[in-house]
Amino acid sequence: MKNRKIDKTPARLDFIQSTTGLILGVFIMGHILFESSILISNEMMYKVTIMFEGYYFFGETYPSIISFLAGAISIIFILHAGVALKKFPNNYRQHKIMRDHVLAMKHEDTSLWVVQIMTGFIMLFIGSVHLYTMMAEPSNIGPYASSHRVVHEHMWPLYFLLLLSVVSHAFIGLYRLALKWGFMEGKNTKESRKRFKFLMKSLIVIYIVIGSLSLMKYIYIGYTTDCEAGERYKSTTIQMKAH
Amino acid sequence: MRDEKKPRLLKISILRFDPHDPEDVPHMETFEVEESDGMTLYIVLNEIREHHDNSLKFDFVCRAGICGSCSMLVNGRPTLACRTLTSKLGEHITLAPLPLFELIGDLSIYTGKWMRYLNEHLETWIHDKEKEVAFDKLEERMEPALADEIYELDRCVECGCCVAGCGTIQMRPSFTGAVGLNKIARYHLDPRDKRSDEEYYELIGDEDGIFGCMTLLGCEDVCPKDLPLQSKIAYLRRMMIKTSMKN
Repeated sequence: MKNRKIDKTPARLDFIQSTTGLILGVFIMGHILFESSILISNEMMYKVTIMFEGYYFFGETYPSIISFLAGAISIIFILHAGVALKKFPNNYRQHKIMRDHVLAMKHEDTSLWVVQIMTGFIMLFIGSVHLYTMMAEPSNIGPYASSHRVVHEHMWPLYFLLLLSVVSHAFIGLYRLALKWGFMEGKNTKESRKRFKFLMKSLIVIYIVIGSLSLMKYIYIGYTTDCEAGERYKSTTIQMKAH
Repeated sequence: MRDEKKPRLLKISILRFDPHDPEDVPHMETFEVEESDGMTLYIVLNEIREHHDNSLKFDFVCRAGICGSCSMLVNGRPTLACRTLTSKLGEHITLAPLPLFELIGDLSIYTGKWMRYLNEHLETWIHDKEKEVAFDKLEERMEPALADEIYELDRCVECGCCVAGCGTIQMRPSFTGAVGLNKIARYHLDPRDKRSDEEYYELIGDEDGIFGCMTLLGCEDVCPKDLPLQSKIAYLRRMMIKTSMKN
């Protein structure tokens, strides 16, 4: 049978949406955990910071690595938003039908989609602000510098809203991704789906708790330490040459 | 003597509308029916038609969840009325016709027309590509496990519950919906159907097909026949991505 010419674009767009979502989801799981190193100690957070700045590989820190990473994540973020935006209701009629459907059906997975749409929309704005800050000021990360940004540059309300949005969006998205592609669905999909849903809900709670505690710690440090903007934390164990 | 509880008095609110009457507007009408043992919504509706209002329109054929005619929204969720026991519901029950399908009147909808279009569009029949059918030729043998798998998907009764339970198709009526995707999965499994992966891709390889599905899983959760829709849609998605990556 002769092969017909098929339009591969819809398949590619769907694949891009899933893979960029997966990358961002996994990234955020790591990001919030690394961020929470502040809960262990200032020193721990400092070590994590300089690790990402390449200290343990090059013997010096290069904050431009952070700029580069933030740039890469920004590109994936924009790509994901670009393809996922097609799923948004695109007129009032669609919006109203979906709202009525959600209210009448009282079906959890359909309602969770509304959460994804709303958090996705919120992140278009505050996610962009955060990514831009990281690209523009990569050296202002650290136990003191971050706390200063959180408190004295009034970033904490934005970070808190971003935390709630990103955690729910990411884990609902990863849950949907598993079901969408039949990842580890096993013989009994009802069972595996129940397990994935439990995992999704637990991780949302765990990450929001960890993230909020970290944010509170940064706020605490910001208020109790007299940290000038950009001043770096003085490590007790690592002596670094000025650069 | 057995201690018998007083039966409940059910309040059945029905969305009534006759699209053929230019004077009529959609409105709710409530009927009171005394509950009896093992009562289904099928019995309730017949009771209403017999004792309260003989103009009430609704569809029934088999009364046993086989024909798929009595699908309707029960308290907002699509299901088969004949398989819904009133004892599982509260005292106040709301009934409405399934959305998206052509309304004949009250709870009666024309699913047949919609399904016929779907089947013609997706060509849901065996394509064997032979010019002439040889009637004296023995049919190819099939493994029992495969036959079972095909039969499992063939149990679809085209009731339309998956369509009414799908947020995606409500928003974008050009979307194929689980009923169509399930049929494609069924024919793709069948070795007698000689359509190539590319031909299947042409049928559902776009945003009106498999890539439009947002995995809300309303279909999976409301299907009265418990068809494995989640798993078959995932299978089609993987297959279509594979097809697009070939060549």
